[in-house]
Amino acid sequence: MNRKQKRSLYRILLSAVLLAAAVCTVHFIALPWWGELLVFLVPYLVIGAGTLKRAAVNIAHGQIFDENFLMTIATIGALCIGEYPEAVFVMLFYQVGELFENIAVGRSRKSIAGLMDIRPDYANVERNGEVEQVDPADVRIGETIVIKPGERVPLDGIVLEGASSLNTTALTGESLPRNVAQGESVISGCINLNGLLRVSVTHEYGESTVAKILELVENSAANKARTENFITRFARIYTPAVVGGAVLLAIVPPLFVGEWSVWLYRALTFLVTSCPCALVISVPLSFFGGIGGASKRGILIKGSNYLEALADSEIVVFDKTGTLTHGTFYVTAIHPNEISESELLEIAALAECYSDHPISVSLKNAYGREPDRSRVSDMTEVAGQGISVLLDGHRVSVGNDKLMDAIGAAWHACHKNGTVIHVAVDGEYAGHIVISDEVKPESAEAIHLLRKNGVRRTVMLTGDRRAVGEEVAQELGLDEVYTQLLPAGKVEKVELLLAEKSRKGKLLFVGDGINDAPVLSRADVGVAMGVLGSDAAIEAADVVLMDDDPRKIALAIQISRRTKQIVLQNIVFALGVKLLVLILVAFGLANMWAAVFADVGVSVIAILNAVRTLKTSDRKSL
Amino acid sequence: MKKTFKLEELDCANCAAKMEAAIRKLDGVQSVTISFMTQRLTLEASDADFDAIVKQAAAICRKIEPDCRILV
Repeated sequence: MNRKQKRSLYRILLSAVLLAAAVCTVHFIALPWWGELLVFLVPYLVIGAGTLKRAAVNIAHGQIFDENFLMTIATIGALCIGEYPEAVFVMLFYQVGELFENIAVGRSRKSIAGLMDIRPDYANVERNGEVEQVDPADVRIGETIVIKPGERVPLDGIVLEGASSLNTTALTGESLPRNVAQGESVISGCINLNGLLRVSVTHEYGESTVAKILELVENSAANKARTENFITRFARIYTPAVVGGAVLLAIVPPLFVGEWSVWLYRALTFLVTSCPCALVISVPLSFFGGIGGASKRGILIKGSNYLEALADSEIVVFDKTGTLTHGTFYVTAIHPNEISESELLEIAALAECYSDHPISVSLKNAYGREPDRSRVSDMTEVAGQGISVLLDGHRVSVGNDKLMDAIGAAWHACHKNGTVIHVAVDGEYAGHIVISDEVKPESAEAIHLLRKNGVRRTVMLTGDRRAVGEEVAQELGLDEVYTQLLPAGKVEKVELLLAEKSRKGKLLFVGDGINDAPVLSRADVGVAMGVLGSDAAIEAADVVLMDDDPRKIALAIQISRRTKQIVLQNIVFALGVKLLVLILVAFGLANMWAAVFADVGVSVIAILNAVRTLKTSDRKSL
Repeated sequence: MKKTFKLEELDCANCAAKMEAAIRKLDGVQSVTISFMTQRLTLEASDADFDAIVKQAAAICRKIEPDCRILV
């Protein structure tokens, strides 16, 4: 509790004691009506002075119909018709509710802030041979920072010295630590687990990953969901409508049946329920909680509108490379003619050891050892065909079919899809190695989960060859696949699919953020994945998956559905209770207590319900 | 120019919505959002009158919720 809340609590206690004293006094001593009023005015003013003052100030400012004003006229009205204890009780009850509401809001603000607790407090920077502790914003590009075990990485950079494991949970939701060594990049917001790292800073704080993520989540409130806008508009109508109802209730029935004071009391009670606070607080809070909960799992959502749209996902369109596949090449088959597989791979890896081409890199990775470069000499590269070297005195040619034709080696085609690398030794064909992009192990499950979550169509778009694309699509169980598309063709296909979906359904496009910015922005919701550290994709997408796991898309849809459900619960509950109380009051079946509950009580319950969105449990998902 | 301000003692969500609606009506304001949960005001307005608009916005906030202050 903060100071303001404590003061409020003391005032409530004092007023409660005074009220009890007042009730006892009038019970045992007969007082004239003004005496009774005086006795009750003491606790009333203790608890209500603030509200009365605020109501007066607000009316002076032209702000009528706020909570303070409504409570003021309701309780003054009660005093006027001689319901002294009632007036004090209601004011007291209202203050208790306000206090609860205040605490609940404070708590949920804190737990949301806790989720975003990835802001680094300081950086240890090396200056003039000494290590200084400074604000991360004061560190410039190229300076060297030291990160000790247990500290948060304050800025993006490249490791100069040291090796360690980094905990990326706060950024990606991934619990497995990421290992970094010299020459590798580190991302701000991670926690250094064990080793001491010296890091050269590559981005200023304002441009760092952690600053970008914080900015994105904090600004997400700006993109309001349809439901939120609806509630704002609704609130503007609701209050005047109830006030109007109260006026009618005070005037019309007594014209026929008399009993003015009874109807006045009912009208005043009506007024108490007229604040739409429960809705106005809990709906945005639910969306914000959903966004916060998702960000904890490595899913950044740029606004409540996108969170809301995710719930209606109908068509999910994937880019292949880098999204469903790793986007890096691997050796997937080795087919030697007469020598062993490892021999063929060794020959190819050694021949390609001076090249940085992605294919050479994948051969070297598959070989797994540092190639002994002294065995290789006299290298010539044939552009568009391959490479020729002298290896241990033998002439080795590694390349495509054209190279084989050029040297007259009897090559044969391969039944496997992918890029085929032929190898010939001294002009004799030695076999071939197939390199292809590997499907992520999670992809098939991701598609399955999407279907389980009500996605009707899953589509894959790729610029790759037809045979390759169709094989991947079949392996993963995708509904449709379109191959050999240029970037512009992808946009066209998405346009077509958009036209085919139902009116309410939404089209998601999932890409790796490379070359697909136009499609990301054309889709209802653009999802970029595996973008830890890639600025362009974070800019272009509506939803950003911090790690490579395509199963997170289904999780995002689940979080969205759950959030929407909680929002709906709150709307139905708050309006239901208020409507019920209004009806009961109109027929004289509920008193002002019920009305105060319908106001602040419902708010507190709705806030508590909204906070549930922060929890994204694993029960139903991954 | 777009700038974000912190709001102190913003206690009432309905007031936040009212402030937002009132500030949006000011001349020169391109966009404005108030987030009740993060207690932040994001204001986008023309560069020339930015300071004047911030002052007006602060006055509006005080008027709607007397305890509420914009930290500039």
